[in-house]
Amino acid sequence: MKHFLTFFTIIVFTALAACQGTSLQPTTAPGPTATIHIIPAELVVVTHDSFAMSDKALAEFQNANHVKVEILKAGDAGAALNKAILAGADNPLGDLFFGVDNTFLSRAEKADLFEAYKPKGADAIPDAFKLDPQFRLTPIDYGDVCLNYDKAWFKEKNIAPPTTLDDLIKPEYKSLLVVENPASSSPGLAFLLASISRFGADNYLDFWKALRANDVALSEGWNDAYYNKSTWSGNGDRPLVVSYATSPAAEVFFSEGKLTAPPTGNVLGDGACFRQIEFAGIFKNAKNPEMARRFMDFMLTETFQEDIPTQMFVFPIMPNTPLPDFYKFAETPKQPAQLAAEVIDANREKWIKEWTQAVLR
Amino acid sequence: MRARFSLQSLILFLPLGFLALFYFYPFAAILGFAFFGNGALDLSGFQAIFSDPYYLSVLWFTTWQAALSTLLTVIAALPAAYIFARYQFRGQTLARALTTLPFLMPTIVVAPAFIALFGPRGILNVALMNLFDLTSPPIQLLDTIWIILLAHIFYNYTIVFRIVSTAWANLDPQLGNAARMLGANRPRVFLEITLPLLLPAILAASLLVFIFDFTSFGVILILGGARLVTLEVEIYRTAANLFDLPLAAALSLVQIFFTLIFIFAYTRLQARVTAPARLRPQHITKRALKTLGEKIFVVANLATMLCFLLAPLGVLILQSLQTAQGFGLQNYFALHENTRGSATFIAPTDAIRNSLVFAGVTVALAVALGLLAAYGITRAQKGGGLFDALFLLPLATSAVTLGFGYIIAFSRAPLDFRAAVWLVPIAHTLVALPLVIRSVVPMLRQIRPNLREAAATLGANPTRVFREIDLPIVERAVIVGAVFAFIISLGEFGATTLIARPEFTTIPLAIYRFLGQPGLANYGQAMALSALLMLVSAAAIALMERARVGEGAEF
Repeated sequence: MKHFLTFFTIIVFTALAACQGTSLQPTTAPGPTATIHIIPAELVVVTHDSFAMSDKALAEFQNANHVKVEILKAGDAGAALNKAILAGADNPLGDLFFGVDNTFLSRAEKADLFEAYKPKGADAIPDAFKLDPQFRLTPIDYGDVCLNYDKAWFKEKNIAPPTTLDDLIKPEYKSLLVVENPASSSPGLAFLLASISRFGADNYLDFWKALRANDVALSEGWNDAYYNKSTWSGNGDRPLVVSYATSPAAEVFFSEGKLTAPPTGNVLGDGACFRQIEFAGIFKNAKNPEMARRFMDFMLTETFQEDIPTQMFVFPIMPNTPLPDFYKFAETPKQPAQLAAEVIDANREKWIKEWTQAVLR
Repeated sequence: MRARFSLQSLILFLPLGFLALFYFYPFAAILGFAFFGNGALDLSGFQAIFSDPYYLSVLWFTTWQAALSTLLTVIAALPAAYIFARYQFRGQTLARALTTLPFLMPTIVVAPAFIALFGPRGILNVALMNLFDLTSPPIQLLDTIWIILLAHIFYNYTIVFRIVSTAWANLDPQLGNAARMLGANRPRVFLEITLPLLLPAILAASLLVFIFDFTSFGVILILGGARLVTLEVEIYRTAANLFDLPLAAALSLVQIFFTLIFIFAYTRLQARVTAPARLRPQHITKRALKTLGEKIFVVANLATMLCFLLAPLGVLILQSLQTAQGFGLQNYFALHENTRGSATFIAPTDAIRNSLVFAGVTVALAVALGLLAAYGITRAQKGGGLFDALFLLPLATSAVTLGFGYIIAFSRAPLDFRAAVWLVPIAHTLVALPLVIRSVVPMLRQIRPNLREAAATLGANPTRVFREIDLPIVERAVIVGAVFAFIISLGEFGATTLIARPEFTTIPLAIYRFLGQPGLANYGQAMALSALLMLVSAAAIALMERARVGEGAEF
């Protein structure tokens, strides 16, 4: 009995302490102090799990605008946008959304969540990235989904790495490739779209059937493919993985100084990569629309753009943004695959279902 | 009778209210949105399910893999349950705490550990290839049902082990001894005396394990490749990526419907096998190891159990020590360094603190509500089974669907809870509550009514009856439930992403973040954080288990 009560007291106290702990707000934000008697302004940025920015950039924006920026991460890119759509336009999750990519652009536009605003500096964005002429969504960064290959493996086997999608169905590349399921993975979807762009909506399934015959391995997500199935992870037996063009550079960056050159390379032939462009927009009915506009402007300044490569491992949208040194290993394809956002949106579900039917079952 | 009924409703009011607000309301909200989103009733989801044989095959796979996993888990866990129930030996508390660790490890780190053991270039295959001079790996487990079964046993072992071992420890050994005196041999005693008495606990544990396996997500997703699909995985793909809510909602209802059928079957079975038993406190039922044979039996069993449960965890620790410079602690030190000056960086100490705080609140909530619910359920004259089933529903409900429900239900005043941090322990409590109830209800049912009646006749008021009769008996079960609540909260991932304010990142979330990017350092740090999660959890669980020291003395 005594012990039971002790036990109960402990958990009740933990709970009390916990309530206190959770009600504590982090005090890093240098917002306006109570002495000026205004309600501290708050800007809520809704985004996906991969969003990151530096302390320095965040502090700069907060100090310049006397605002506290609250970042809400709402799951992976697909889930975050779906949650924003579910919350609805009249009662949005926050003031601003970061992280709609071009494969989901039309879904976001159809939901009519964002107000048109052309940020300062937007004129300098290359035209190829401006997929929304009304600027309800503004491009902020881009990256290419490409095949990574294991340099050492191909050298040791004395085989040349593939250069195009067509190569992948050749017998010398049998049992070498792992791809992610497009129904659950963003690079997986990008790779499927690359194949559709290359072979056409009528014939792409033949390519996939040939891939299946060539013993393609499947993963639900990037993480499993990259860390569990690739040869360079030490766990798997696949030297070709659908990943990002910046992954080799990230390998060098995260090698604790051990690597001077990446262990992997990119397959960069025409149409082998798919370009993902990431957009941000201001919610209609945002509580703090003025501050949201300032944040949109801020995202196109050099302070924020310069942050993008090391924080999110994608490329800044603004030309002439200085890149960190290790980005010399982040190659870009000359001709990434192209598909219009409306075409993607009109067919995404159909293609995924067809793919599932042909490859999984 | 009337007065008793109102006390009844009072006891059940709190837990049911909790369930209504945080489960039924948001779930109804998402169903409404999915089926009436366009103003008219839209049942296209059901049409799609019934017109495509694919969904039938998914349902079939989901069911048989869950049934087989459950059966194997029970068989695997029974010997250890016996040993821990009947024998007293050193290191028992530690060993018990260790068996809990698999349950709370995120699949994202367990998968590479499994692959390092059983994969094509895993330890096992390399050893076999060297031993027998083979050119290709002899064991091909990845992307097959075998690795899924292994992983399910690995994860849910502790549920069967704990629930059954607790029940077994309170069984009176005299019964078995008497039967043996009368000439029954050991197998016969087990089959005809012990097993029937243990069945309620075994069934209770099996049902939980079955539901966990039936709604299995992470294991299937990462170890099953893309071809093996459970309903839960299919719902996730449909809701999160295809955003086909009518179909996702229909599939969620199918999943709940089948889970309810299993719960119903369980309730019928449970009612038939449960009888008030003569429960004994553990200091009477347990004894030290005497003969050499006993010692060998116990050591061999313990070694097998710990080897299977701890090998993947050991691999994980080994990987956390691997760095670019060879073996070392660099990954652990690096956890504290915000090398990229990231604003969303979270120090491991903060993640650990967040996780522990959430777990503490979850334990308090789940134990308090779970005890009330368990009492209400066992005392209810009618409908106890129904309430019992209601509390299991959150386990049967697809996390992504319910998560979307939260967005719709809790976005408007006065219920504007978006980004409310306390929703995290609330969501954890929803999942933990059925485990607390399942741990306590079988024990409460087995208390012989005449014990309570005798106490009442001797003048004890109901509070005193509860305190002196019920509490000492259920105390163990409550601690088992509390440990479950604790580990569910520590390991939970899906619900935590609901309200993911970066400053309140938990350990599993931080692990996922690291593994979202390429590079040796990220991998190493994810493993280091996993090792820390194990360490912190093992310490906390061992501490909770200390609460049972000397129990039964007031019996």
